Amino acid sequence: MDSLLLQLLNGLDKGGAYALIALGLTLVFGTLGVVNFAHGALFMLGAFVAVSVNALLNTSKQIRDESITFFEAFIDQPYLEIWFGETGTTIIEWSAPIAIVVAVPVMLLVGLAMERGLIRFFYKRSHAEQILVTFGLAIVLGEIIKVIFGANPIPQSAPPVVAGAAPVGSWFGLSETLVYPWWRLIYLFCAFVIIGAVFAFLRFTTYGMVVRAGMADRETVGLLGIDIERRFTVVFGIAAVVAGLAGAMYTPIVPPDYHIGMNFLVLSFVVVVVGGMGSLPGAVAAGFLLGVIQSFASIGAVKEILPGIDQIIIYLIAVLILLTRPRGLLGRKGVMES
Amino acid sequence: MASITEFNPSTPKRDAMIMTIFAVAVLTAPIWLTPIGANYPDLLQRFAIFGIFAIGFNILFGLTGYLSFGHAAFLGIGSYAAVWMFKLLTMNVLVALSFGILVTAVFALVIGFVCLRRSGIYFSILTLAFAQMSYNMAYSVLTPITNGETALILETADPRIIDRAILGDAKEALPSPSLFGLELTGYPAFYFCAVMLILAFWVSLKIFRSPFGLKLLAMKSNQNRMLYTGYNTKPYLLVAFVISGMYAGLAGSLMAVTDPLAGAERMQWTASGEVVLMTILGGAGTLIGPLLGAGIIKYFENIFSAVNRTQLGEVFGFLPEPVADALVSISSLFVGEGWHLTLGILFMLVVIFLPGGLMEGFSRLAQWWRRRRETSATVGDGAVQPSE
Repeated sequence: MDSLLLQLLNGLDKGGAYALIALGLTLVFGTLGVVNFAHGALFMLGAFVAVSVNALLNTSKQIRDESITFFEAFIDQPYLEIWFGETGTTIIEWSAPIAIVVAVPVMLLVGLAMERGLIRFFYKRSHAEQILVTFGLAIVLGEIIKVIFGANPIPQSAPPVVAGAAPVGSWFGLSETLVYPWWRLIYLFCAFVIIGAVFAFLRFTTYGMVVRAGMADRETVGLLGIDIERRFTVVFGIAAVVAGLAGAMYTPIVPPDYHIGMNFLVLSFVVVVVGGMGSLPGAVAAGFLLGVIQSFASIGAVKEILPGIDQIIIYLIAVLILLTRPRGLLGRKGVMES
Repeated sequence: MASITEFNPSTPKRDAMIMTIFAVAVLTAPIWLTPIGANYPDLLQRFAIFGIFAIGFNILFGLTGYLSFGHAAFLGIGSYAAVWMFKLLTMNVLVALSFGILVTAVFALVIGFVCLRRSGIYFSILTLAFAQMSYNMAYSVLTPITNGETALILETADPRIIDRAILGDAKEALPSPSLFGLELTGYPAFYFCAVMLILAFWVSLKIFRSPFGLKLLAMKSNQNRMLYTGYNTKPYLLVAFVISGMYAGLAGSLMAVTDPLAGAERMQWTASGEVVLMTILGGAGTLIGPLLGAGIIKYFENIFSAVNRTQLGEVFGFLPEPVADALVSISSLFVGEGWHLTLGILFMLVVIFLPGGLMEGFSRLAQWWRRRRETSATVGDGAVQPSE
């Protein structure tokens, strides 16, 4: 029972990341009709916004180490500590949440620049060409990050208040030994909040309503005198923000390197297909579902019956779904069904 | 979209000429590649092997338009199969190659049968899913067959049943792959790959010219119309997929021949992406384009990734120092470790401006040249008339 709950949490956690990336992918596909292979790169860029914020806060000055008197020794002290003392130290420790706040405007700008600079020229071209050019863009972005930050993963830490583990077991009246990292719980919570915010934006604002109308029938909306293209550009920006936030929040869990986006991209494409191309609830549901299934498949008992199943289960499900129900779990009839 | 009939009104005589030129060019490659510093057996082998891989990929993507993102799986399977033949039966490469191609054909048949039930982006994702499954399984469950992360390598204790029956247990050292006694390393290995490349190119030429190839092209331009005229397109697509997979298997086996080990990283989806890059860069759907793309990418991989700052400093040495320093720091981003950046940018430029690849660039240049000559000829005529 304990391990089941633990795996459920693990799965939801992983599923949160899948769902966030898949949500952005679907949003872009549903509005702009673009298959964006560079979406994983946006996730990676978000993660590296967090790395840069941390590095920026840690900008240090070399000062003499007074405790060593035999020879001249220097230690690095961050400027923030010099200026603000204890408060500065706290600010540095809270770099991960700060990064999340910073990531929103940065990723919005990145998204807008990407759409205006490249993607918009590919609306009229075939899906294959869209895949190819965004694949090239993903390579370029990854390599630029590699040039700046190097090829090794850069570990980040969560604020000390939430660095430990939460006593999940005692909350549910199970064994006391059942604990789960706080930051992962926060990640899950934030994933729900972000997903909720995106849905609320589309559902309850006039802007979102127009976007939904555009998804359903672009031409009619255009004929009504609405500049739908501009709204879709903003939607691309929002998708970039969602992917970037997913990446920025993920840094304390897995140290980011320039390849992290590619690793998530393949999986999130599978998630999108399982959920149904163009279906937002489908993408979210499939993200969590596949996350949970994947972590249940890695339970020892399951692996004994079907060795290696945890490695392939997601792809296997994707193959089965595509062959039996090509529009995906919640896809609309007739959308990309061929 | 450039089609084969458009710029290549083929006649048997013309095809024979193309084949001759091609064969001579490939066999003399060590000579004409020397000036650009690419005359290493190791690099030449890679040209030939990736050329075969790209030609095979082009038979699927170039002719039918089905974009497979999982072709590297067949490369890996071919490698594993070939190394197993080396280990179990004999070091003779022909056995290893045939077995490698056979095994990949079986895999391609099964995977293709499933994947070809969908088209477009779904086909891409299905092939990607199968490739990722093979990759993950090669690292985990199938470790007894693939040897996991350490990669499958030859050992002195391998059975090699046929070799031992003929030669006895004489050798202590590791044997290397051979063709009836001729050890295939260095230039002999390149010439072996080159012969395979010529054969592969010949088969591809025959497919392009055949009614079968034309049917594939017709499916690319409008599959529905083909269906309405009564063609069942599935078997043709499947055959194209299997042939294309067999090419990848041949390339994978040749990799095992030139360097007898097989690792799972050959199956990773970035490796599948690489062959897509090669084909698009050169020109999908053209005969020679994929080979050109493979050659260019492998050449730049080799040359660019070996260049370092000191060499760049020498290149820009004639300039004033601050300018030279700035140029060196900028260009050093694109060489050495950063050559993937160059590749990515080049690839994006090609997809954006030249969707038909370098071959389209060449034909555009040729057209422009012809038009310029025609206009200058008419201007010449016009200039004559008033003087009369």
